[in-house]
Amino acid sequence: MAGPRSYPRYPGFDTLALHAGQSPDAATGSRAVPIYQTTSYVFPDTEHAASLFNMERAGHVYSRISNPTVAVLEERIAALEGGVGAIATASGQAALHLAIVTLMDAGSHIVASNALYGGSHNLLGYTLKRFGIETTFVSPREPQNFRKALKGNTRLLFGETLGNPGLDVLDIPAVAKIAHEAGVPLLVDSTFTTPYLMKPFELGADLLYHSATKFLGGHGVAIGGVLVDSGRFDWEASGKFATLTAPYEGFHNMDFEEESGTRAFLLRARREGLRDFGACMAPMTAFQILQGVETLHLRMPRHVESARKVVAFLSSHPAVEKVLYPEAPGHPDHELAKKLLPRGCGAVFSFDIKGGRAAGKAFIEALRIFSHLANVGDAKSLVIHPATTTHYRMSDDDLRRSGITPGTVRLSIGLEDPQDLIDDLDRALRASQK
Amino acid sequence: MIRQVDGRAAFAYTAAHELDPGKPSVVFVHGAGLDHSWFGLQSRYFGYHGWNALAVDLPGHGRSAGPPLPSVPDLADWIFGFLEKSEVQKVSIVGHSMGSLIALECAARRPEKVERIALLGTAFPMKVSEAFLDAARRNDTAAFDMSTIWGHAPQVPLGGNPNPGMWMYGDTLARLARLAPGVLYTDLKACNDYAAGLESAARVQCPALFILGRRDVMTPPKSAAALAQAVKGARTALLPPSGHSLMAEAPDATLDALIEFFAAGSGARPGS
Repeated sequence: MAGPRSYPRYPGFDTLALHAGQSPDAATGSRAVPIYQTTSYVFPDTEHAASLFNMERAGHVYSRISNPTVAVLEERIAALEGGVGAIATASGQAALHLAIVTLMDAGSHIVASNALYGGSHNLLGYTLKRFGIETTFVSPREPQNFRKALKGNTRLLFGETLGNPGLDVLDIPAVAKIAHEAGVPLLVDSTFTTPYLMKPFELGADLLYHSATKFLGGHGVAIGGVLVDSGRFDWEASGKFATLTAPYEGFHNMDFEEESGTRAFLLRARREGLRDFGACMAPMTAFQILQGVETLHLRMPRHVESARKVVAFLSSHPAVEKVLYPEAPGHPDHELAKKLLPRGCGAVFSFDIKGGRAAGKAFIEALRIFSHLANVGDAKSLVIHPATTTHYRMSDDDLRRSGITPGTVRLSIGLEDPQDLIDDLDRALRASQK
Repeated sequence: MIRQVDGRAAFAYTAAHELDPGKPSVVFVHGAGLDHSWFGLQSRYFGYHGWNALAVDLPGHGRSAGPPLPSVPDLADWIFGFLEKSEVQKVSIVGHSMGSLIALECAARRPEKVERIALLGTAFPMKVSEAFLDAARRNDTAAFDMSTIWGHAPQVPLGGNPNPGMWMYGDTLARLARLAPGVLYTDLKACNDYAAGLESAARVQCPALFILGRRDVMTPPKSAAALAQAVKGARTALLPPSGHSLMAEAPDATLDALIEFFAAGSGARPGS
């Protein structure tokens, strides 16, 4: 057991982004990840088939549960995040849903940040309520708000690494401590930061997910999500998660924690969640997102660098009321951002335009390079007006609590020449004030 | 299932089956810093194919109460204590790494009780580098890194996991992170200090199988050669793609080797 004498090191982020999860295809030698466009897999014999179904052997049975192409993406993201594994889903929303339904039943309670993507707010605030899962929304700016909202039936704390759209920085170490003292895990939406800018597990989060549609893909051609487990939360010790620690009649009375320890959450999520809810990722989608992941370490620094230039430009523009970017000294989370996000605060941010709703509308319509659409994290620069699009279901009070005004505009800075972006914004801002 | 051994809770995974005195029994013994679920696929297979499968958590690991025991002979005695409490008369033992030394010691000490042994990822002497031991002694996470990186074949971080969607390094690190301080050091020191390997090997009377990973950097196959020669009639299965974590890196090949080995024995044929 001596091992080599030198101290070993892990492969770097850039190497993992290109290689983790895939060795050259055994059948063909293909260097690129093959697209296994198949629904199912031939069993060598009946004995082998039975063993696959009973989880005595590793392998694929049906592509709703697992697929070789999708598995490469899952393993690669798990490697980049430092998790035990991952499950790719049909969308980021599907990943959030899968996490919640794997952890809890009707009668459970979630404490969530109120600075959320509108779709997440809808799921938690309206849809899950119909199924008996209640959510209390709190401002993430003061971590103790999470503690104050805890109830006896709380099973999860949840927030975004960078809140949408005001870029509230979630104090993950502080909120994770509150979660763990309450015997529940912390789940974070890490879409805006990606593992390149932040590794939430190293800060104390237990579970995370991405809308892989955004920066992970980076090309805006595929919808997908990835749910990752750190494997660090002790479900048995908590005693609050019967879905993971009690025999499950729906799978041979399996006690998932006893069966697999660190893999219990993902095992149940795959064997029940994908099996029954079925929000799996298609192999072609996984392939497309993998193309983006392979350059994540090159794209993210450029996204951040260009975002900083645009923020600097907007911050001094006379038509701009304020810019909400945590690296700006005036942002309420400026100090926290320096601590948790030393590589940068991403490339999605908001600003308030002078003149409110009318000015915002004129601004968006005058843009030539920025595309007006409901997405972020594309290689192309994007713009949207949250109050009339992503957050349109929220009441005015909820909007205000989320730090949004009628004049708030959200930008996603892409990979174009940053001077062209600045010129485009300048022209549109001047048009907005006429 | 939980049994009380020396007044402390001792756990074994049994694949959701009650022990059946009419079935042969096989005990799975994990390695340093790990737990019963390291044998998840293999132990589940045997539990569903005609055997009493008992994948134990050694003291201080998984669901078994601590403290960890300081030596391989102590751990072998603990295995027999567990079997006694479980009313299991005869067993086969599958051990990985530190667990392989425990299996060897069990077979040498109580040949009348042990029917077969399979030693996975084994070596003798199982010396641990001073840097590794020192890091573990200080509960430095560098020890977890060494255990993780040396515990897998070099291609693992860049290759695919046979278990879809899982990241082997992350899984190992998460397991090690759950250990109480001092457990990994106690285990490594037990491996390092174990000196009776060749003498015990000479006392083994039952059939023995060595399952080794060709790409094992923790316990390279050549470091098991002397031990394999010392066990009369021992066979060796060399699994080409695997490193030290055979059950995770080559789960099917490991299982197939075990099935073939146990099918040749006097117990129930796996699959029957």
